[in-house]
Amino acid sequence: MRITCPCCGERDYGEFAIYGDASRQRPHMDDTDFETWYNYVYTRPNPKGRHLEFWHHVQGCRQWLVVERDTVTHEVYGVALARDVVTLPDAPKAKRKGAK
Amino acid sequence: MAGSHRIPNGGRVSHGASTSFTFDGKRFQGLQGDTLASALLANGVHLVGRSFKYHRPRGIFAAGAEEPNALVGLREGARAEPNSLATTVELYDGLVAKSQNNWPSLEFDVSEVNNLFQRFFSAGFYYKTFIGPFEKSWMWYEHIIRKAAGMGEATTQPDPDHYEKVYKFCDVLVVGSGPAGLSAALAAGRAGARVILAEQEPELGGALLSAPKGSPSDQWLSNILGELKKLQNVELLPRTVAWGAYDHGTYTLMEKVADHKPQPDEHEVRQRSIVVQTGRVVLAPGALERPIPFGNNDRPGIMLAGAARTYVNRYGVLPGKKAVVFTNNDSAYQAALDLKAAGIDVTVVEARAEAPSELAASCASASIEVMSGHAVVGANGRMHVRSADVVRFDAKTGASSDVVRQISCDLLCVSGGWNPVVHLSSQRGRRPEFDAKLAAFVPGDPPDNQHHAGAMVGAFSDAGAAESGFEAGAEAAREAGASKSSKTLSTDGLSGADWEQPLAPVWDIKPGEQVKKRKRFVDFQHDVGVSDVELAHTEGYVSVEHLKRYTTLGMAADQGKTSNITGLALMAELTGRSIPETGTTTFRPPYNPVSFGAIAGQETGQHFRPLRRTPLHDWNLKNGAEMINVGAWQRAWYYPKPGEDVDAAYIRETTEVRKTCGMVDVTTLGKIEVQGPDAAEFLNRVYVNGWKLLKPGRARYGVMLRDDGLVFDDGTTSRLSDTHYFMTTTTAEAAAVMSHLEWLLQCCWTDLKVHVTSVTDQYAGLAIAGPNSRGLLQEVFADIDFSNEAFPFMGVRETEYKGMPVRVFRISFSGELAYEVATPSGFGEAVWEALYEAGKGHGLCLYGTEALGALRIEKGHFAGNEIDGRTSLEDLGLGKMASTKKQFVGSIMRQREGIQDENRQRFVGLEPVNPKERLSGGALLHPHNGPHAGHGLGHVSSTTYSPALGRFIGLGLIEGGLERYEGQLIDACYPLKGWVVTCKVVSPHFYDPAGEKQNG
Repeated sequence: MRITCPCCGERDYGEFAIYGDASRQRPHMDDTDFETWYNYVYTRPNPKGRHLEFWHHVQGCRQWLVVERDTVTHEVYGVALARDVVTLPDAPKAKRKGAK
Repeated sequence: MAGSHRIPNGGRVSHGASTSFTFDGKRFQGLQGDTLASALLANGVHLVGRSFKYHRPRGIFAAGAEEPNALVGLREGARAEPNSLATTVELYDGLVAKSQNNWPSLEFDVSEVNNLFQRFFSAGFYYKTFIGPFEKSWMWYEHIIRKAAGMGEATTQPDPDHYEKVYKFCDVLVVGSGPAGLSAALAAGRAGARVILAEQEPELGGALLSAPKGSPSDQWLSNILGELKKLQNVELLPRTVAWGAYDHGTYTLMEKVADHKPQPDEHEVRQRSIVVQTGRVVLAPGALERPIPFGNNDRPGIMLAGAARTYVNRYGVLPGKKAVVFTNNDSAYQAALDLKAAGIDVTVVEARAEAPSELAASCASASIEVMSGHAVVGANGRMHVRSADVVRFDAKTGASSDVVRQISCDLLCVSGGWNPVVHLSSQRGRRPEFDAKLAAFVPGDPPDNQHHAGAMVGAFSDAGAAESGFEAGAEAAREAGASKSSKTLSTDGLSGADWEQPLAPVWDIKPGEQVKKRKRFVDFQHDVGVSDVELAHTEGYVSVEHLKRYTTLGMAADQGKTSNITGLALMAELTGRSIPETGTTTFRPPYNPVSFGAIAGQETGQHFRPLRRTPLHDWNLKNGAEMINVGAWQRAWYYPKPGEDVDAAYIRETTEVRKTCGMVDVTTLGKIEVQGPDAAEFLNRVYVNGWKLLKPGRARYGVMLRDDGLVFDDGTTSRLSDTHYFMTTTTAEAAAVMSHLEWLLQCCWTDLKVHVTSVTDQYAGLAIAGPNSRGLLQEVFADIDFSNEAFPFMGVRETEYKGMPVRVFRISFSGELAYEVATPSGFGEAVWEALYEAGKGHGLCLYGTEALGALRIEKGHFAGNEIDGRTSLEDLGLGKMASTKKQFVGSIMRQREGIQDENRQRFVGLEPVNPKERLSGGALLHPHNGPHAGHGLGHVSSTTYSPALGRFIGLGLIEGGLERYEGQLIDACYPLKGWVVTCKVVSPHFYDPAGEKQNG
């Protein structure tokens, strides 16, 4: 597999480490809702087809990337620097009760 | 003349260059250009091995990589290599080979009795018979069965040869060098593309090399090779097999650089693994002939018709004197005519009702008898074929008569049609499609960047193959961006003759009522016959994937190159489905067996992974340190005095540290600079404890969790300025922590202005521990006030030593008064040396990781053995450390019931009741005198002898922890050895629990 790193160009996938699903929104640091965190950490889709993934260019520029990859054909549709595309969550509106 | 069966001046071998070799200790002569198989046949040797299961005598069956029988042990000593294909081994002077899978000899093999009981040895025999007679019976029988089966034996000596792995890049990769492959390379090369052509054989030409020497195609071949060699942008790689096709144009090749020599030249690699990154691919690997099952169709002297033709035309060898050629298609006629021309008496048995008229006429004028509407139902002769039993045969219904004629012969050639080599297309996930006209699977639409040409797509004539290759090569080059004209291809000299009449699919010659029943083999290498496929069907197997695994058809080293299609055609017939409905199994890499050596390349021994040395490595070695591997690092394990072993040394070192002081190399700890205006906020989120109040000049111990709430890593982090922190991590998790921090900053908290930089390799680290450490450091770093008031526990100071920047941290892993010193790596040895010299006046000793471990266990600090990815803060006794005033990574998930459960295994100390009794790491903790069964209540995680306590001690994790077990007895059991050590559960803080020493 080949991944085109926005910094380093096209590279063999052996230079990268995959971290997993990049489609989840990480909860806000102040969010204390148990279900929200539980879903973030454990509940994730396992799609057949297009999938957004975090990849780390460990043996290159050490940038974290968001790669859109087809889980069946391994076709790569797009690569971006994670810092350019991740969105920050809104702060939790009211303090919700956490799990015990 | 090299060999009794050599045609004078025949073939394409060098008749001037005689080479001598031995097979099973007997000396023979061959010629340069021979394979081991052709040289054996030239000496009249057909019997080369015994079969896998029945130990039946087997001969040379093919002339290339598809060979199922002729597996031999090649070379001797450390270079001995089992299961080498005699048909692809190039002959060299002094070659030593021996037959396999026989005892006491190839001619007389006692295990051939298996053959008499073959109806018991049918598919699934072993599992049906040996699983069940008594409990664990399979485990009992398995090693005996495995010994009786199997092929050659591998050497146990280290491989003396070198291998390498290289990367190549091109626009068009061409696989195969027959007329199609060469034409593809020419078209792409002329267009200006960077071309790599891979051919598994030593000579380029493919099927053209099997034509009689002096054929018109020879001139075509010489012309095209001449032009290709002149093209600077074309790289020709003979002896190189393309064995794997991967995503995005990545292909794996293996080049046999020196296998055709007794041993590699000096500094030459034996084999080279090549990873090719290419824009486009032209596959032109050709097609493999397949046999037709008939009774005893595995006898030596029976071979594929195309192989017989190759031996005659290419190697100048007569594989027999009197041949029967059994065919269901036109291709075998060329073999019959060429055999006849070489002086072999030939009879053609044609399964189709009528022979193709033109070819039949050629046969008639060459006085070759053609028996159309007939089939060979069985072969006679045990060690070599003696005659063929011929029956009348209806190819449409498969019905056959009684034996109508017995033709004596010493060579029985068979051709059941041709299977395109679809492997590299199939490896890319493309299901092959069944072509009814060829009665074979063709690759279908090429996947992603591939083009297919030649016999692989059914272009069987030389000219047709060349044209399809040329077109594919030009197209591939254009797609890859090469714009020059490919001009036109000359096919002068290439035969354009296609088959006159279609092949008649014949998958099995069933003997009629009156005909002797004999085993009809489908997969020779795994001894799978038609009857095994029938048995699998009878027992309810429907899917070909199940058929394959149950009968092991196609699962041998040849991966069923000659047997897969026949096997599934038989299955289709039995289940009443069509062949396309039945489907094929999936081909996976490698196409041919690839040595582990080539895959490993240079990455063996010390080069298996990068070796990390600390800046003090050489000093440590010079000063007598015994080293130990810790991950990729080499660390000083202990510094023995004369006569000391590791135990004596670490006990002395530990004792001296507590009495005076000691120095240890701690460079391997992960070190990360954390900088930026939001650094304090960042650390506050990363660690479980609070960081905002930490002042510059102070250090703090921190623990970080994973998102799931379990402990990830720990270490001390120091604040050097308002915006600059210096973090340390454990040695083991240094890289993981760095990636984690980068992930948090780049993917989660992009609003934080923080930068992290790994400086593990940039700083040398050393620790000085013991009551005399203060005096020693005061002497060396005189401008720092080391008094307890001025430089308290967890203080940090920066200074220079003779112009070298130094950071001093008052932190302790041993429980003693202790300091750590960090200095840029290049100054590491100088600073260490200065402390070592000054230390002589302070009783300084050197200590290694063994004593480091003993000191931390005495103090009750957990380490990697306890932070094993399964422990929570509470498990490690750190529940109170977590801040309740802020959120941190893992702060919500750590509140899960399962993690808070007080029955979890928690951190405790262990004291054997007998202080001289040694605890074993990993021992299971069971109730004292209770049942010593199951997983137990916990386990022993760390153990040492404690000089401070004068006894063995240990750390462990036990259900309910101290609260449930403090003061109680527990049995530490090591079931593999039957050891049981009774211990008392105590606080893990064995030494100075109040911390007076480290704080004072």
